[in-house]
Amino acid sequence: MSLFDFLRPKKNTAHIAKERLRIIVAQERTHRGAPDYLPELQRELLALIKKYVHVDVDSVKVEMTKDGDHDVLDISVSLPEHSVSR
Amino acid sequence: MAEIIVVTSGKGGVGKTTTSASLACGLARRGKRVAVIDFDVGLRNLDLIMGCERRVVFDFVNVIQGEASLKQALIRDKRIDSLHILAASQTRDKDALTKEGVEKVLNDLAADGFDHIICDSPAGIERGAHLAMYFADRAVVVVNPEVSSVRDSDRILGLLASKTRRAEQGTRVEEFLLLTRYSPKRVEAGEMLSIGDVEDVLGLKTIGVIPESPDVLNASNKGEPVALDPESLAGQAYIDAVARLLGEERPMRFTTVERKSFFSKIFGG
Repeated sequence: MSLFDFLRPKKNTAHIAKERLRIIVAQERTHRGAPDYLPELQRELLALIKKYVHVDVDSVKVEMTKDGDHDVLDISVSLPEHSVSR
Repeated sequence: MAEIIVVTSGKGGVGKTTTSASLACGLARRGKRVAVIDFDVGLRNLDLIMGCERRVVFDFVNVIQGEASLKQALIRDKRIDSLHILAASQTRDKDALTKEGVEKVLNDLAADGFDHIICDSPAGIERGAHLAMYFADRAVVVVNPEVSSVRDSDRILGLLASKTRRAEQGTRVEEFLLLTRYSPKRVEAGEMLSIGDVEDVLGLKTIGVIPESPDVLNASNKGEPVALDPESLAGQAYIDAVARLLGEERPMRFTTVERKSFFSKIFGG
């Protein structure tokens, strides 16, 4: 504790905590209730697609969403540019 | 109709057992017939917090496995006649609890005329925690204003919304937030999540805020739930939470920094 401590701006760590929590909780809620096989399915799809197209690890997204009464398995693959010719 | 309340949190060490004991005492002091059950098989502690550890003869698992009657296993509190404790087993494996067994005990307690059954959940999301919440009508989610506790509580909220009898029947477990170890001073300094912050993140309404207090450790040292200490601010905060559980309106206390007057600063008080 120095005499001039009060001159330094205080770090508001609670604010940082809240922002981090808002983001991680929102992210985890989207995965809530999803079947346990989704991560495995995502890995296998990625491996399969890689056989044909060179894609990044995060280019395959597998999500379970709700559409009214039924569940929708939402698989999206983003291809890199110039990937069509092979 | 007996009301089943689960006290849960996900994370360990946030005050589930302290809260179960104090809510049970508070409700019993209000004239309700209360049974409080320890679901932490293998690591029982509710008996210590309630101060009846030397009076445990039979436990929850003995009752489920038919080795003792519910009457034999229920421990009547020495301070409040209408309060009973059912201890967890200390030795058996976790699979000793079955859904059917738990349901039968809860039904028998309800048939016996208990008004409230408090289920003290173990930490984690394993079998004991699942069974503690499965039959609940209401859930008190105990949270420390700290990132890991808040995140784990959100996991628990997900389970309450999907893995409970009410969820399976298409209704909801009524959920409440109970904040423990709250320090208004640190909140004001921007060092601790505020009540509003935690409510925002979790989307829950608050049933109680228990201030950080040395009384809580003193109470567990003695085996006297802190709600029985009328001098203690933490005890008073639990009594307020009990009143809110019973549907009464109470303003939140001990949630702002108390400004001491010039004189009390000098003369103490």
